[in-house]
Amino acid sequence: MDLKYTQASPTPDEKNAIDGFLREQGIPDSFATLSDAEMRMGTSSVADVRVARQYVLPGLHSIQSQFGCVTPGAINWLAMRLGQPAAEVYGTATFYSLFEVAEDAVATLHICDDIGCRAAGTVDPLLNGLAVAGYPEDTPCNGARWKRSPCLGLCAQSPAAYFTTPGNSAGTIAWLDLDNAVRPNTETAISLLQTGLINAAPRLLSIGLAGADPPRLSTLIKFTLNLNLYLEDGGFQALKRARTFTPIQLIDEIDKSGLTGRGGAGFPTGRKWRAVLAEKSPIRYLVCNADESEPGTFKDRTIIENNPYSLIEAMAIAGHACGAKKGWIYIRAEYPEAAARLRKALAEVRTAGLIGAAGAENEIGFDIELSVGAGAYICGEETALLNSIEGKRGEPRNKPPFPSVSGLFGKPTAVNNVETLINALWIVKHGADAYREVGTAQSPGTRLFSLSGSVVAPGVYEAPHGITLRQLIVTAGGLPQGKQLRCVLLGGAAGVFVGLEDLDTELSSEGARAGNVTLGSGVVMVFDTSTDMRAVLKRIAEFFRHESCGQCVPCRIGTVRQEEALKRILHTETPLQEEIELLNQLGSVMCDASICGLGQTASSAIQSGIHRAKLLKSEGNNG
Amino acid sequence: MADLSLETTTKMELIPFGADGRELSAPSGSTILHALRLNGIETPTLCYLETLTPVSVCRVCVVELDGNRTLVPSCSRLLEAGMRIQTDSPRVRLARKLVLELLVSAVDMSLVNEDTRAWMHFYGVDEQRFERGAVPVARSTEPVIEDNPLFVRDYSKCMLCYKCVEACGTDAQNTFAISIKGRGFGASVSTEFSVSLAESACVFCGNCIAVCPTGALMPITEYRLRNEANWRPEDQTVTRTVCPFCGVGCNLELTVQDNRIIKATSPQDHSITHGSLCIKGRFGWEFINQRGEEQPVNSVDQTTMRDGHE
Ligand SMILES: Cc1cc2nc3c(=O)[nH]c(=O)nc-3n(C[C@H](O)[C@H](O)[C@H](O)COP(=O)(O)O)c2cc1C
Ligand code: SF4
Ligand code: SF4
Ligand code: SF4
Ligand code: FES
Ligand code: FES
Repeated sequence: MDLKYTQASPTPDEKNAIDGFLREQGIPDSFATLSDAEMRMGTSSVADVRVARQYVLPGLHSIQSQFGCVTPGAINWLAMRLGQPAAEVYGTATFYSLFEVAEDAVATLHICDDIGCRAAGTVDPLLNGLAVAGYPEDTPCNGARWKRSPCLGLCAQSPAAYFTTPGNSAGTIAWLDLDNAVRPNTETAISLLQTGLINAAPRLLSIGLAGADPPRLSTLIKFTLNLNLYLEDGGFQALKRARTFTPIQLIDEIDKSGLTGRGGAGFPTGRKWRAVLAEKSPIRYLVCNADESEPGTFKDRTIIENNPYSLIEAMAIAGHACGAKKGWIYIRAEYPEAAARLRKALAEVRTAGLIGAAGAENEIGFDIELSVGAGAYICGEETALLNSIEGKRGEPRNKPPFPSVSGLFGKPTAVNNVETLINALWIVKHGADAYREVGTAQSPGTRLFSLSGSVVAPGVYEAPHGITLRQLIVTAGGLPQGKQLRCVLLGGAAGVFVGLEDLDTELSSEGARAGNVTLGSGVVMVFDTSTDMRAVLKRIAEFFRHESCGQCVPCRIGTVRQEEALKRILHTETPLQEEIELLNQLGSVMCDASICGLGQTASSAIQSGIHRAKLLKSEGNNG
Repeated sequence: MADLSLETTTKMELIPFGADGRELSAPSGSTILHALRLNGIETPTLCYLETLTPVSVCRVCVVELDGNRTLVPSCSRLLEAGMRIQTDSPRVRLARKLVLELLVSAVDMSLVNEDTRAWMHFYGVDEQRFERGAVPVARSTEPVIEDNPLFVRDYSKCMLCYKCVEACGTDAQNTFAISIKGRGFGASVSTEFSVSLAESACVFCGNCIAVCPTGALMPITEYRLRNEANWRPEDQTVTRTVCPFCGVGCNLELTVQDNRIIKATSPQDHSITHGSLCIKGRFGWEFINQRGEEQPVNSVDQTTMRDGHE
């Protein structure tokens, strides 16, 4: 394969930065000079161009974080060094919202205007304030600008933003309400744009309890940022124990516990692991899905920021059960604090010999690599995520084959959510029988619900399955004084709106089926009557249009037509009933004919909002 | 890709399945699409091509499969024994109709082949379906790119079937001059940084043109004739010959109008080319045209065929 590149060449700084990055990854400088035949023969450890490709995203991150943008010259040099076609690296870079493929650096304040923040009532005052103060969206002013962003997983601490500046390697979370007492959020945002300075320490979200007595996961993920403290607390004992069992024994125990996935699809974890283990392949992988981009979900971030060690221990156990020697954690870029804590924890655990090179404590040499996304909700879909780790555009694959058969780099792969893995850790510690003591028959154990919107104490709550929606909201302090409940969104943007008559729905798989709702990733987003629900529906439609990968027709074009119909409804241009019929049909075909779960659920919340919660009916002050 | 020529299929094991209430069978290893075709059940396809790895993105070939929550793409889903398939249920009809309506609403589909036209008619596609009220309906409106002397790219006609990208990549040409850039509705086919094809890795083999189902990619001769309203399929003949430029022996089909070669393609089922050619075979006939002033090209070995884009 003879690759040809354009004349665009990197600046000496860019070149040094890329070479330095690749050296850190252990890629020899001579890589670029290997002949095509040598590369295909696998002469050097990364000489397989398909494997080399996985450095594309980290490479782009390293360029962008130093220079604030990714220039053609830099893309060319990275592509050349990795033996990749420039067109493909460019195609990959432009897929992700957070890569600034441009000649000039710009600092960006990504302000969330998504539905959780709308439910919290923080969006309009902030964005209107910025417009009035002369800061229009997406207009650089002294090298800084602001942009609207989909959910940042900070819904319980709204309004918040994610700030990226040249030279800041991973971006920072900016708490816009930090000095709310002193000055309004808008001024905080403006001063940030003007100075680029953030002097806010990371703020932790602790986990509340809602009837989970005694607490379960909450104990496992007690705040610890020090490996010794985690070890003193019995950390990594479960791993030691697990390594004395055979994979089949572990899987039997997980099966017996009835654990199902917490990422949204609710697939039985034991069955997934068994399928991976059963594949005849010398190499298998475990992938932890920490992409957490479903609007309203922030439990995985909370787990990792509180206690990254528990996730590492859980992964080592899961790796043993699946026969995987290597694990990957894919975390969204908008979680810089969680990623930093994980990185530090991984290094500590590696030094302690519990993961990493094979040794007494780690006979098979299980190790974990951290992969960071770049702004794409779709990369939470498991096969899109695998493509993203492989350095490609985050486009989902057609299934079958499922990842358990052909996953990362074509190898059998178990993809699991963070919370699922933490549950597995609990089960190995305490046994399947104890696990089943709380929860319901089909949904044993507890669940971490992300409560946001119009409640007194938004946050993550651990509750046994079967708790009612009402109980959960009450535990979070109910609605603030003077606010009246309008509806609740269960399961996030891919979920379902329910009304007041559904407050006694039991949150379990039985209850969800009976009530025709979904628990999804555990989102409970509470809306009061002061929120403009039409704008919320339109924001959901906009979300899916923006996040569609663009591969398949029903979703790529359908999400656009869906958003247009909602815009027309907002402007009451055409008869409502006709628009609703159009939306119904679009919804049913997107659901039926799209490749992946994004297109298949892109109409779910909107349909339920219209038909179930009657959000388009005139009510309150929404016209 | 399954080789389903008749000789090989007879050697394969036949597996039973049901479609539209009939009990049928097809060789193991077939896709549902092949199994249906072998049994005389027609299915529309847009992103599928025998010679390329299926991407299954257009979703016009979907069928209903018992036990599956959603419809499945017949072009890539492998047939399994005992599958129960519906190809003409209300769900399938609705999905295919709406997929085509969505495409027409966003992409200039005026040059798709007759087959696709017929399917649009069959499903009663309403081309104005989404033109409602004052909110403008988003369409792809990129200007025609005329950045080289051999072919044009009109991405307002691009339905994003990925075929050209595959043909330029590992499925045929291994040149990787083009890729998909952007995301969602903003995704499109592009060279790196949208540079001209001449600056890119393109070798002008034209294999991308050969696979494009919508006429988004077109030889400049055809583009000019169409612009002059002088593209007259009724006056065109297609001449089969062997490419004279090297010893490989690629079959060429030369489209001739007014005694001039106006387009060269290669048949997809040709065992050497699978439809691919190189720059010489695809575009090198200008000099034959000159020679042809003396000796008309269509005097040899002539077959009349319809042009693929009409
Ligand atoms: C559009 C889309 C986004 C998703 N995002 C996430 C996510 O952020 N985190 C997650 O764990 N699962 C997500 N999923 C579900 C994953 O595809 C997959 O089912 C899950 O990671 C499996 O893990 P589990 O079995 O432990 O739940 C998403 C699915 C879709 C279709
Ligand atoms: S459904 Fe949407 S996100 Fe999923 S593959 Fe199709 S276009 Fe991409
Ligand atoms: S002409 Fe050939 S090399 Fe150029 S883009 Fe098309 S397929 Fe690729
Ligand atoms: S240019 Fe043609 S072949 Fe390429 S993706 Fe578009 S429609 Fe398909
Ligand atoms: S952070 Fe704003 S909706 Fe989640
Ligand atoms: S032809 Fe099957 S999805 Fe396009």
